[in-house]
Amino acid sequence: MLSFDKDRRENQLVKDEPSSALQPGTPAPNFTLHNTPDQSVSLSDFRGQPVILAFYPADWSPVCGDQMALYNEVLPEFRRFNAELIGISVDGVWCHKAFAQDRKLHFPLLADFEPKGEVAKMYGVYRRPDGTSERALFVLDAEGVIRWSYVSPVGINPGADGILTALEALKTEELSQ
Amino acid sequence: MTQESGTARLTLPVSQRDHQQGPETAPVTLVEYGDYECPYCGEAYPIVKEIQRRLGDRLRFVFRNFPLTQSHPHAQHAAEAAEAAAVQEKFWEMHDYLFEHQRALDDAHLVQYAVALHLDEETFKREMTEHAYANRVREDFLSGVRSGVNGTPTFFINGVRHDDSYELETLLAAIEAAMPS
Repeated sequence: MLSFDKDRRENQLVKDEPSSALQPGTPAPNFTLHNTPDQSVSLSDFRGQPVILAFYPADWSPVCGDQMALYNEVLPEFRRFNAELIGISVDGVWCHKAFAQDRKLHFPLLADFEPKGEVAKMYGVYRRPDGTSERALFVLDAEGVIRWSYVSPVGINPGADGILTALEALKTEELSQ
Repeated sequence: MTQESGTARLTLPVSQRDHQQGPETAPVTLVEYGDYECPYCGEAYPIVKEIQRRLGDRLRFVFRNFPLTQSHPHAQHAAEAAEAAAVQEKFWEMHDYLFEHQRALDDAHLVQYAVALHLDEETFKREMTEHAYANRVREDFLSGVRSGVNGTPTFFINGVRHDDSYELETLLAAIEAAMPS
């Protein structure tokens, strides 16, 4: 009985979620997640400005640490494009809080914690066997449409170059309109 | 738009703005993006020295700043100190001194090191207070970001990112492989 329920549940999730990362041109699915124990953030709050969604597998793991530390340093460049950076993992709010404090991160980390990985699943970047998200990047334009996405091998820090190139392309397009 | 392993390239070519050791005509140029407070860069420091010793004039070495300032509270000022020393023709002396004293990089120690290296103390202090070289350090940092530097140390051999370990034998073999035969 239990295993039947489990199978049915998994099948249902597979049916509803995209099989790979959402591609450019797709409107970014809205979501609301906690960023602190008593505050939550909705993607739609950022409408009107570019948004960088950085899904990563876990707080504290060495590569994530480096990736988030790098983004923390590059933040002024992202802000030059008026872009907001949002980190998302399946870790809970208290874990995020400790991680952000330890690494002195100056951008929000959202907890895709309950139901676990729901937002990662909507974006097609959930790693079912690991129970974490992929290391995936999405750059959204001011209208909330995905304009660039990239899934990095999970052990490799994707860096910030792709994000900056995508933001530059958005800016160029905006200026030419 | 993305960086695959082995394809990241140096976007800012080595030029007169860079701190260089070894001849411009050397067959291989090794560029390091480093952070004076990063323990891994501290590990790489004697390795690079040994490679320079072994390869002599066949290698040109360039150091660029990539301070991760939130993780390493003294890294930015240490980088500025090396740039301040550069203006007084003592970049490499300060570079070495900083890596050899990685655990004491607060502002008071930086002034001590400047004095030990016979820099003009007043000029050094003034430039440090004014953050005269902060932009230069940021320029290095951003050139690294655009070249696929994701952490420190990151090495480029003739403009191509070295994605393997920086252990002596590995790094040396990669450099030798880049030598024209």
